[in-house]
Amino acid sequence: MENQNIKNTQKQFIEYANNSMDKISANDTPRVKQLRQDALKRFIDNGFPTKKMEKWRNSRMIECVNEDFNIDRIENKKHDFCCVIRELDTEAISLTNGKFAEEEQLKVLENGIVIGSTRKAMQEYPELFEKYFGTCNINDNNGFYDINTALWQDGFFIYAPKNTVGEKPIQIIKIIDEENNPFIQTRNLIIVESNAQLQIIDCDDSIKEQSSFVNSYTEIFIGENAQLENYKLQNLNDNSSLLNTNTAKQLANSRLQTHTISFNGGKIRNNIHVDIDGEGAECNIYGLYLVDKTQHVDNQLKVNHNVPNCNSNEKFKGILDNEATAVFNGHVHVAPNAQKTIAYQNNSNIILTDKAKINTLPFLEIYADDVKCSHGSSIGQLDQEAMFYMQQRGISKENARMLLMYAFAAEISNNIGIDALRERIDDMIKRRLKGELSSCENCVFQCNTPKEYDFKIDLSKI
Amino acid sequence: MDSNPNENIIEKVTNKEYEFGFVTDIETDFAPKGLNEDIIRLISAKKEEPEWLLEFRLKAYRHWLTIKQPTWAHLNIPPIDYQDIIYYAAPKKRKELQSLDEVDPELLDTFNKLGISLDEQKRLSGVAVDAVMDSTSVKTTFQDTLSKHGIIFMSFSEAVKQYPDLVKKYLGTVVPYTDNFFAALNSAVFSDGSFCYIPKGVRCPLELSTYFRINAANTGQFERTLIVAEEGAYVSYMEGCTAPQRDENQLHAAIVEIIAETDAEVKYSTVQNWYPGDKDGKGGIYNFVTKRGICRGDRSKISWTQVETGSAITWKYPSCILKGDDTTAEFYSVAVTNNYQQADTGTKMIHLGKNSRSTIISKGISAGYSQNSYRGLVRIAPNASNCRNFSQCDSLLLGDKCGAHTWPYIQCNNDTAILEHEATTSKISEDQLFYCNQRGIDTEKAIGLIVNGYAKDVLNKLPMEFAVEAQKLLSITLEGSVG
Repeated sequence: MENQNIKNTQKQFIEYANNSMDKISANDTPRVKQLRQDALKRFIDNGFPTKKMEKWRNSRMIECVNEDFNIDRIENKKHDFCCVIRELDTEAISLTNGKFAEEEQLKVLENGIVIGSTRKAMQEYPELFEKYFGTCNINDNNGFYDINTALWQDGFFIYAPKNTVGEKPIQIIKIIDEENNPFIQTRNLIIVESNAQLQIIDCDDSIKEQSSFVNSYTEIFIGENAQLENYKLQNLNDNSSLLNTNTAKQLANSRLQTHTISFNGGKIRNNIHVDIDGEGAECNIYGLYLVDKTQHVDNQLKVNHNVPNCNSNEKFKGILDNEATAVFNGHVHVAPNAQKTIAYQNNSNIILTDKAKINTLPFLEIYADDVKCSHGSSIGQLDQEAMFYMQQRGISKENARMLLMYAFAAEISNNIGIDALRERIDDMIKRRLKGELSSCENCVFQCNTPKEYDFKIDLSKI
Repeated sequence: MDSNPNENIIEKVTNKEYEFGFVTDIETDFAPKGLNEDIIRLISAKKEEPEWLLEFRLKAYRHWLTIKQPTWAHLNIPPIDYQDIIYYAAPKKRKELQSLDEVDPELLDTFNKLGISLDEQKRLSGVAVDAVMDSTSVKTTFQDTLSKHGIIFMSFSEAVKQYPDLVKKYLGTVVPYTDNFFAALNSAVFSDGSFCYIPKGVRCPLELSTYFRINAANTGQFERTLIVAEEGAYVSYMEGCTAPQRDENQLHAAIVEIIAETDAEVKYSTVQNWYPGDKDGKGGIYNFVTKRGICRGDRSKISWTQVETGSAITWKYPSCILKGDDTTAEFYSVAVTNNYQQADTGTKMIHLGKNSRSTIISKGISAGYSQNSYRGLVRIAPNASNCRNFSQCDSLLLGDKCGAHTWPYIQCNNDTAILEHEATTSKISEDQLFYCNQRGIDTEKAIGLIVNGYAKDVLNKLPMEFAVEAQKLLSITLEGSVG
């Protein structure tokens, strides 16, 4: 039954692609056009991934694919809003249903950083597209990637030329507001040239309780000595599916730090692939998932150490409540000549109910001898002794529980480099743990009036 | 550090001849090459097996025909032609053997060379040995002592004749013939092996031991070991393996099944030293073994200890199903690969019972051009509350052409479980070497010291007789590799 569903969806996509390829690729550069056609060919041959594939075995993403999704008739709305997290001053752009408003132009900031729509950027900066677009390696070549490459129509584009330093973080607000079961392909491109520095906040939100499928693919290029901090906040409704693929390429002495924070969202799969191609580079991949109900979070990581003297650090933590399920699949590959590599992987989980499930696979594949690689994973509950200690000192059981979980999550949120954002996320974690929907859900409307939230006890006095 | 002595050492290690690589000239009875239902009937007939066992074999064979050799392992396996293997080879039997004097002297000589004397000397070390040459069991020692306690320890085919009900009751209950490709193949063509039954409340006074040796060319060895420990019983079982040096690859696909009833304890130790192939990776044994134990009763315990130094390709996962409540399972492993050897080994711990605990300690050492992988699964079933698992998988890399990989699958379906996994990959640090050198220990000895210390956690778990052998093996395989 399920298989039939997927096959039909596949057929729908192919039919749609055949009918509207000319329209979609009308303004493409030759390279992009060629990539679309190659990808479509691959998709026709291979289709969507199946549960028989190692990387998809435990994922529930495939279950979400069905023929009820609406591929083409997706409304192009313009939402006029900004995200006002207290004291967080950002350069914000917004996409509704994966698209920028038709009339919106690329924004060129004072220091020369360009932000805006991928579609527009392809026309204005074709040389960048020729050089970068579609050149990243991908963790596992799969149907979702192919269909994205073949059918993407828009997404965000961020370009930091040489030696530019972003004054304010750039915030991308992606909202789903479409009643008609949209299946959305967004294609994003982030280019940070040598010596440039950038902070990006990438928010995924949905407005109503409608179901949706977002297939987002982001390519990130980090030049020599460049730095990028990328914060992804995922906060969607329970009926949505989000497949988020990020592939990054790092050159010498560059630094990448990504945070993937999943607060809410029916089914989420984060696919993060980093190729370290220059010596002295460092990448830190952090993640936090706080899921409940029947939500599903799947984090697939791959770090390729292709050159010597690089560090990588993967740290993912999760708290699972109700019937939530999570998958962690970390993979560090150290090439034969990549000596002096230091790689660390960690996945820790707290399971709160007997219905929640976790599958974790921290995987090391090492072909060089002078390396320090380690990984750890743990699954457990709150420390009973710590609970007892606190209760003995007059902290209620509920508060003690909350404190412990907060401390567990804070290890990830503490690494956030933007103060206002860290405070905001801390606050959201607390609310989430309290059981109040943390919600940036209806993001726009709530952030404006941030609600003071504290534990009942005064934390500073402990 | 001067690199020259190191290079000499590598040369020495890689040029090290396999010391068990002799061929014994014993008349052997072969079945024709190839595999079909007739061959299976022939094997069954030669062993004078009952009808139900032939049926079991044929069922397994028919299932085997429907499946393909799996390809998911991190191994580079040249295609195996299953029709080019002799599935039955046995030292020619002259007549029923009554005493040791009647055993072929050449055969005795073989086992003496291996350091296993089948004669009375063994009484001193208190080990009962069942020696399996090519495919059949040659001689089991210490029958009298064992039978006094009601312990059954004999070759598999003998057990089929003498205790058909016991064999029928337990055969294939832990590793069904449908389990995997090689289990199906083994179930179809297994020729012999050991059967061990410890009755209720008996603590086996001797260490039981099986020695496997492949002797004839072009043969595959498919033995089957079945160990049943009844309520409150205890047994420690050891297994050793060697093979002659040959240019072609030989297949070894065995099955080991262990059943531990309430309060029973089974310790299974392996020192595997099949011929690993020469330094260019030519020849060697393919060791594709299915080993699984079930802690069926409450409070039972199964412990696997393995030292893997041989085989061109090792592909096995000694596993435990913790079915009873309060059960315990342990897995201790040292896997050493050198030259072009490949290993994909590890364990599976399936927790079904409440309060079940498991420990995994795996130490991988890779040198030369070898690839050494740990692959493990820890699964907690939804109803298995308060389970505990601790896994530690360390890899040591000696040389920059080899690889070490770790795949720990952890699946948790219960909120009360506490699971921990940690792994490290590194080489012998310059600091450690320097420390030893400074104190007058030369590099070669220092490495031996460090490697032995590294593997100590596992070697300590081996029974005395094996620990000595394993330590020797380790030093032979790795003595003074690069730092």
